[in-house]
Amino acid sequence: MRRFVVGIAAFCAFSAAFAEAILADEQPARVQTALGARSGYTYMGPDTQALQDDDFSNPGMLWVDEGEKLWSTAAGPDGKSCQSCHGDARTSMRTVATRYPAFSPQLGRVISLEQQINYSRTAHQHADAFPYESEQLIALTAFISSQARGLPMNVSVDGPAAASFERGKTFFYQRRGQYNLSCANCHEQHAGDHLRGESISQGQLNGFPIYRELWQAMGSVDRMFAWCNQAVRAEPFAPGSQEYVDLELFERWRGRGLLIESPAVRR
Amino acid sequence: MPNTRIKVPETATAGDIVEIRAVIQHPMENGFNVTSAGVIIPVEIITDFVCEYDGGEVFRVKLEPGLSANPYFSFFLKATKTGPVDFHWLDQNGTKTDASVTLMVT
Repeated sequence: MRRFVVGIAAFCAFSAAFAEAILADEQPARVQTALGARSGYTYMGPDTQALQDDDFSNPGMLWVDEGEKLWSTAAGPDGKSCQSCHGDARTSMRTVATRYPAFSPQLGRVISLEQQINYSRTAHQHADAFPYESEQLIALTAFISSQARGLPMNVSVDGPAAASFERGKTFFYQRRGQYNLSCANCHEQHAGDHLRGESISQGQLNGFPIYRELWQAMGSVDRMFAWCNQAVRAEPFAPGSQEYVDLELFERWRGRGLLIESPAVRR
Repeated sequence: MPNTRIKVPETATAGDIVEIRAVIQHPMENGFNVTSAGVIIPVEIITDFVCEYDGGEVFRVKLEPGLSANPYFSFFLKATKTGPVDFHWLDQNGTKTDASVTLMVT
């Protein structure tokens, strides 16, 4: 990581200033952070980038639309919707995607955005939790995450989140699976190189939930982690497992400063 | 009902060629994908897309399993008079999805 930063020092100084100027802009800018983190957008071809840039043709926005409808749909015996407590998502949810996963005082552990949504549904709306990877949960996650577009990822990794962060960091650097590869082997040591016909990205999470062309569907962070684990022939963890929440916390810290692009379009 | 998005310009001058864009959220299962258990996921597609304007059909597509998910179409029509632009999607089960936007022509 240090070698990488030193190597692009001049470019970083320029792009850091550039990033500050663009932060105020409506369109999220794809820049490198001062620490060398690169959005997955920068590894995509121009067609995929164009698909993401246009809100009309970005397939992920179809799920954001669904999420917007769900936001104001009543659920549970009291007939409350998300909107009943949280009002206009544009303001109340503006920074949420930048700071999750976060420590939940109610649950006593670090939780993901999906888990926070389900906690609010069960504890406050007294409705059933949405299953992981369900259309509704993805739609709501996409809708809430998209409210933070253009804002830099900024998760807290100290205090009560410190233990989770350390576990996530260990996971990231730990080899696993039949291929005996760690996340870092590809996404740090070979980011920018090719794996057969595909270029390897840094595996950053600033665009999640993503519309992945490979799946022709939206996917959450946990779906991506499970896919990556299966790709090295490792047993994937269950969606919502603490291992994946910890890993997501570490990953978002690793990409801190990258602007949220949800819903992003990726290969 | 599947989610749809339509883009029709709000206003146009008579005689203008305007771009119409429409997309529907649909997995368009092509019948070749398998579940992790090795079971083939059956074909599930939209079969027809029709656009009507000014009393007639202006655009029609017959969709086949080879098309990708969330089929997106963009085409041009000539603005003649103010009226609704109607969109209809029909899937293989006969389920219809409709949408409509009014085009104001001056």
